[in-house]
Amino acid sequence: MMRQLRAEWTKFRTVRGWVTGMALAGGFIIAFGLFPGMQGTCTDNKCKLPTGPQGHLVTDRFEFAGQTLDGDGSLTVNVTSMTGELPPGPNAEQPRQGLTPWAKAGLIIKDGTKAGSPYAAIMLTGSHGVRLQHNYLYDQAGAGAASWLRLTRAGDAITGEQSADGTHWTKVGTVVLKGLPTKVQAGLFATSPQHSEASALLSSSGPSSVTATFRQVSQQGSWSGQLEETELTGSGDIGPLVSGSSGLGVSVTQALAGTFLGLVFAIVIGTTYVTSEYRRGLMRTTFSATPRRGRVLAAKAIVAGGATFVTGLVAATVAVVFGQKMLRDNGVFVHPVTTATEVRVIVGTAALLALCTVFGVAIGVLLRRSALAVTIGVTGIVLPYILAMSVLPDGAGRWLLSISPAAAFAIQQSAVEYAHVANNYIPTEGFFPLSPWLGFAVLAAWTAVAVGLAAVVISRRDA
Amino acid sequence: MIEVNGLRKRFGPQLALDGMTFKVEPGKVTGFVGPNGAGKSTTMRVVLGLDAADEGTTLVDGQRYRQLRQPLCVLGSLLDASALQPSRTARDHLLWMAHSQGLTGKRVDAVLGQTGLTGVAKRRAGGFSLGMRQRLGIASALLGDPRAVMLDEPFNGMDPEGIVWVRGLLRSLAADGRAVLVSSHLMSELEDVADHVIIVGRGKVIADTSVKDLLTSASGGRVNVRSQDVAAALAALPEGEPTGPSTLTVTGMTAEAVVARLNGHGVPFSEVSAHRASLEDAYMDLTREAVEYRGVSS
Ligand SMILES: Nc1ncnc2c1ncn2[C@@H]1O[C@H](COP(=O)(O)OP(=O)(O)OP(=O)(O)O)[C@@H](O)[C@H]1O
Ligand SMILES: [Mg+2]
Repeated sequence: MMRQLRAEWTKFRTVRGWVTGMALAGGFIIAFGLFPGMQGTCTDNKCKLPTGPQGHLVTDRFEFAGQTLDGDGSLTVNVTSMTGELPPGPNAEQPRQGLTPWAKAGLIIKDGTKAGSPYAAIMLTGSHGVRLQHNYLYDQAGAGAASWLRLTRAGDAITGEQSADGTHWTKVGTVVLKGLPTKVQAGLFATSPQHSEASALLSSSGPSSVTATFRQVSQQGSWSGQLEETELTGSGDIGPLVSGSSGLGVSVTQALAGTFLGLVFAIVIGTTYVTSEYRRGLMRTTFSATPRRGRVLAAKAIVAGGATFVTGLVAATVAVVFGQKMLRDNGVFVHPVTTATEVRVIVGTAALLALCTVFGVAIGVLLRRSALAVTIGVTGIVLPYILAMSVLPDGAGRWLLSISPAAAFAIQQSAVEYAHVANNYIPTEGFFPLSPWLGFAVLAAWTAVAVGLAAVVISRRDA
Repeated sequence: MIEVNGLRKRFGPQLALDGMTFKVEPGKVTGFVGPNGAGKSTTMRVVLGLDAADEGTTLVDGQRYRQLRQPLCVLGSLLDASALQPSRTARDHLLWMAHSQGLTGKRVDAVLGQTGLTGVAKRRAGGFSLGMRQRLGIASALLGDPRAVMLDEPFNGMDPEGIVWVRGLLRSLAADGRAVLVSSHLMSELEDVADHVIIVGRGKVIADTSVKDLLTSASGGRVNVRSQDVAAALAALPEGEPTGPSTLTVTGMTAEAVVARLNGHGVPFSEVSAHRASLEDAYMDLTREAVEYRGVSS
C-alpha cells in the first residue's frame, strides 16, 4: 500500500493544475478571512462586556426598582399589565406596539448591582410564559398563565412561585446561588431584548422595550426600604451574549467565509484527479501497475484527501488566527471562543475539505466523466450551502443543511445557541441546524456511501 | 512465458474473443497478427486483468496477473501510447510507475536512456509526437526489467528509423531470453523480426506457427522453369504444368531436384526459380476468410 500511496502522490504533485488548484483553494480561504470588508465600532475596548459567574460574556441590562434584603425573606407582586414597543418591521418606518417573545418583567434577587453578578429571577415574558432564570445560562419554564409572582430567599436557595389569583400558588422551582452574601439587592425589573424578524428574504432587527405595571408589592424579611407600586419601562436583556443580528458581533466562523470557494476547488481536484485518467486511458496503466483496484481507490482518496487536509489546515489556521485579529482591528466584535472550539473549527474545516475531495474522487470513479462528475459534486455539496446562505427561506435552508453533504458546514459553528435568548439562529449568522459533529457525520455518511459504491464499481467494471 | 487459454469475451452482441488460445515462448519474438477487430487488443487487456473474460484463463510466468506483487517487473506492456497525462513530464510519468513497483528514479533514467528519451525527459508528454509517445510507452514497458513484454502496435506512428530501432530492440529483448509479444495488423511490419507468428481472426487463432514454416507452406514447393523447349521439359518433368509458351511450373519438388532432372535429360533451360512467397502473401491467404471489415468492392 505504501507503494501505491507513493505512486499516487508522485502523480498528484507532478500535475501543475492540481497543485495550483490546491494553492488557490487555500488562497481563497485565507483571502476571504483576511479581507472581510466588515467594519465595526468596537475599537479601544468600547465593547468591554461583563462576564457572568461561569466566565461567559453576558448582557446584563434591565430597569430595576429594588431595595437591600438582609438575610432570608420574600417578595410578592402582581404584574397587572405588560405592553411594549417593537422596532419597525421590514419595509416599515414606524415602531409598532407589541411584545417581543422574550420581553421580561418580574422579580429579581441579585448579588449586588454590578453587571455580570449572580442572580435569580422569576418573570413573565412576551410569549414564553412564566420563567425562572438564574446566572444567565439557566432557564426553567413555569406552568400555565399567571400574573402573580413570588421570589423567596432561604440561605443560598431561591424559590420562585407563580399564581393566577394571588391565593393559589404553584412552585416553579428552586435554584441555588452558591456563596450568596447575606445582603442582596432584590426588587422589580423589566427588560426587553433586540427584536428580530426573518421573512423569506428579509431579516430585520432592532431594539424593543417593555412597560410593566407592578401592583400589590409585598415584602417579607428585613428590607432596607419599602418597594412602591410602580411602572417600569426597560430595554436590554439578562442572559448570555449571543452573536448575530440580535446579539452582538460575529463568531469566528466569519473568518472562514471563503470555505465554500475552497470546496469548489477541492471537489474539482478530487474528481479530475480520477476522471482525467479515465479520459486518456491512463487508468489502464494505473491498473496494470496495481491490479488490486481497491488499493488504487484507497491510495487516490488518501493522497487527494490528505493534500486537501493539509492545505485546509494551513489556510484555516491563517484565516482564523489573523482573520479574527483583522476583524477586531476593524472594530468588529468577535466572540471569544475556547481553544478547543477554535481547534475544532480549524481542524473541522480541513476535514470538511478533505472529505469533499474524497467524495469527488468517488464520484469521479463512478461517473468517469469530468464535466458530469464536477457538476454533481459541486451541486451536491456547495450549492445547498450557497442556496441556504442566500435565497432560500429559513425552513428550506435548514432542511438542506440537515440532509445534504453541506450539513458538514456545521463543523465551523462556534456561536452558541441558547433556547432562552432571542436571536436569529440562522445559517447566515453562523448557526447551523445540526450540531458540529452530527453535521460532519452527514457528509461522512454521504462520502462513505460514494466510496463504497466506487469500490464495488471499480473492481467489477472493465477498465 | 505468457499463456492464453480458451478466452471468450462478448461486448454486447459483438463476440470479440472466441476461444483464443496460444502461448508466447521466452527467447522469441512472437508476432500477434490479425485484421482490425480480430481481438488482439482485447486479448492483451484480458492478460493484464483489465478486462474480465467470460471464459478462459491467462497466466504470466505461471501466475494470474492480478496476483502479481510487482506486475511491471514480470510483464511490461504498452497498450496505448497516448494514455498520458499531457501536463506531466515524460520522466514524472515513468517515475510514478516506478514508485508503484517500489522502484526508484534510477530505473527511470535507465529506460529513458534505452529509449533515447533522455533529452526530452523533462518535457511535457502532451507535446510529444506519436513516435515519441511510442518510445515513452516502450520505456514504461521496460521499466520493471520484466521477463515478458507485450506491445500493442508499437510501430504505429514511427518513422523508418524508429521502426528499425524497435525491431532491433525486440530482437535484443528476445535474445536476453524474454518472451516478447508484438501485435500488428500489418504482417510486413513483423517481417525480419518475428520468429513466430500467431495469426488471429474473429477472436480466435487461425495459425500458430514459426515464420520459417509459414513461408515454406505458403510457397508450397513450387518451382518455375523457363525453357525454349517446353515439350522436352514436360517430358522430363511429368509433374509439371505449362503456364505459358516457354514456362512451366512444377509442384512438390525442390529447385535443385528440378535442375538435376533437366540436366539428366539434356533439356536446355534459361531459368529455374523457386517461387518465394512474402509473409504478407502467406498472411493474406490465411486471413482472407477472417477479415471482418472488408471493403464492398473486394
Ligand atoms: N470496450 C469495447 N466495447 C465494445 N466492443 C469492443 C470493445 N473493445 C473491443 N470491442 C470489439 O471487440 C472486437 C475486438 O476488438 P480489438 O480491439 O480487440 O481488436 P484488434 O485486433 O485489437 O483490432 P485493431 O487491429 O483494429 O487494433 C472488435 O469487434 C471491437 O469492436
Ligand atoms: Mg487493437
